[in-house]
Amino acid sequence: MSKEYETVIGLEVHVELATKTKIFCGCSTAFGGAPNTHTCPVCTGMPGSLPVLNKQVVEYAAAVGIATGCTINRFCRFDRKNYFYPDNPQNYQISQLYLPICQNGGISIETPEGGKKTVGIHEIHMEEDAGKLVHDEWGEASLVDFNRSGVPLIEIVSEPDMRSAEEVIAYLEKLRLIIQYLGASDCKLNEGSMRADVNLSVREKGSSEFGTRTETKNLNSFKAIARAIANERERQIDIIESGEKVVQETRRWDDTKEYSYPMRSKEDAQDYRYFPEPDLVPVIISDEWFNEIKAKQPELRDEKMVRYKEQYGLPDYDIDIITANKKLADIFEETVSLGSSPKKVSNWLMVETMYLLKEKGMEPDKVTFSPANLAKLIKLTDERVINGNVAKEVFEKIFDEDIDPEAYVKENGLMSVSDEGELKAVIEKVIAANPKSVEDINSGKLKAMGFLVGQTMKEMKGKADPASVNKILKELLGI
Amino acid sequence: MNFFKQGDFYIMANIISDETIEYVGILAKLELSEDEKEQAKKDMGSMLDYIDKLGELDTSGVEPMSHVFPVNNIFREDVVTNGDDSRNILSNAPEEKDGSFVVPKTFD
Ligand SMILES: [Zn+2]
Repeated sequence: MSKEYETVIGLEVHVELATKTKIFCGCSTAFGGAPNTHTCPVCTGMPGSLPVLNKQVVEYAAAVGIATGCTINRFCRFDRKNYFYPDNPQNYQISQLYLPICQNGGISIETPEGGKKTVGIHEIHMEEDAGKLVHDEWGEASLVDFNRSGVPLIEIVSEPDMRSAEEVIAYLEKLRLIIQYLGASDCKLNEGSMRADVNLSVREKGSSEFGTRTETKNLNSFKAIARAIANERERQIDIIESGEKVVQETRRWDDTKEYSYPMRSKEDAQDYRYFPEPDLVPVIISDEWFNEIKAKQPELRDEKMVRYKEQYGLPDYDIDIITANKKLADIFEETVSLGSSPKKVSNWLMVETMYLLKEKGMEPDKVTFSPANLAKLIKLTDERVINGNVAKEVFEKIFDEDIDPEAYVKENGLMSVSDEGELKAVIEKVIAANPKSVEDINSGKLKAMGFLVGQTMKEMKGKADPASVNKILKELLGI
Repeated sequence: MNFFKQGDFYIMANIISDETIEYVGILAKLELSEDEKEQAKKDMGSMLDYIDKLGELDTSGVEPMSHVFPVNNIFREDVVTNGDDSRNILSNAPEEKDGSFVVPKTFD
């Protein structure tokens, strides 16, 4: 390849909002119901039914817009996007084309080179999701479940400001955290509550003109996104190098085959014939309502990161891990507010909690233990009622069942033994049984101390107070 | 193309091409016979002529209207009000299987 190419990427991200009900009817949005048990005449497109807008959808959409620096259009409307597909019972999707709720924002991301750049947000609009098509393995038919039909979505359309898969992923991660912090969605790529379509074109480096772009769909993980971007870039460069022209089209990514193919044939012309939705009245966001939404905005991650450093003096590494999930940040703050040392709370979250999450294949937001029990555990270790190893054991119980550590330690007799007399007797026995180690220590190999401490712990069934063991051991060995 | 309408001599201003009727057929998912296509071309032409009358008015400076009444902000609170009505809903399905609507085999 003689020429150097630049990849130009813009994203269309669909996010399922965390409302209890659908956007235009009082049907539940709960996941996993039997087919069509969350449906009504509105979300199945029955003639004569009328949509009524869920107020919470407007508030979530505006909240995301405010958090991403967008202008909130105080007057917005819905439009009809017309197309025929069996998962779309009305034969149109209610969306926003002419006056979307948010426009002209942007978020700052860190580039792989270590710098910062802003990815512009062209607009955010509200719309409804479609139903789900399942292929009937036994028959020549497909089955439609309308439980997802009418679930509220926001579509966040970026400017073509990204230049690599790394930047795309940085943008998506940032966006996801902002939305999760707002509580507007759980943003799970693998479960479809966050979906990203990649608009990509290539051009010769230095050129200011955009090339012809394609849109790639069906990307269910960050890895799939990265692979699809690399693949599409190569495909377009090959076409250009062979003197042909890239066709503007929508392609579907097959992650198992690591290949994309065009989704629609000529027979499926994309002409949505949008027009203003006559069944819904305009939305006007007054100053009062706007200020109300703004006042409800929680502290976002970037703000939290600054505060954690100033207020708690945590290392950047800790802050990065704890604030990467709102649930962990919430537990951290509550536990600290109960009087625990910030660094100690941070350690329990960063080390043991992360370890158990990984071990159990859990997401951080599935954590159920209460800050009160973590605070009690920290107090038990601070007061040397239990030692570090026992504390880890107890923490796993807290993590799994949210037990009260004070009661648990008492019931199971896990208190550390720091009684000098009792410890001394055991340590004397250990010293007598390990003359080789004593010899090593006497000849300056202090490492052997660790072995003797370990043996003592073993004798004590793990319940000795390590500080006391160390102290007595040193006394007895005369060092 | 000329045709007579309610006794008036009327020249159709909007001529619908074969390509257009083909395209509209695809969008509407309709398969039309040659005769039906000719008829549809005439019908669409006269409809567009009728709509063109609106173009005679000067509407510069008039806000496009999407709703007849000066109403806005009609909302629902985010509270579940509908239960499982699937029996009723599915009674509208031409065919039903496993609690789902049956449609012709469709691929993404
Ligand atoms: Zn419904």
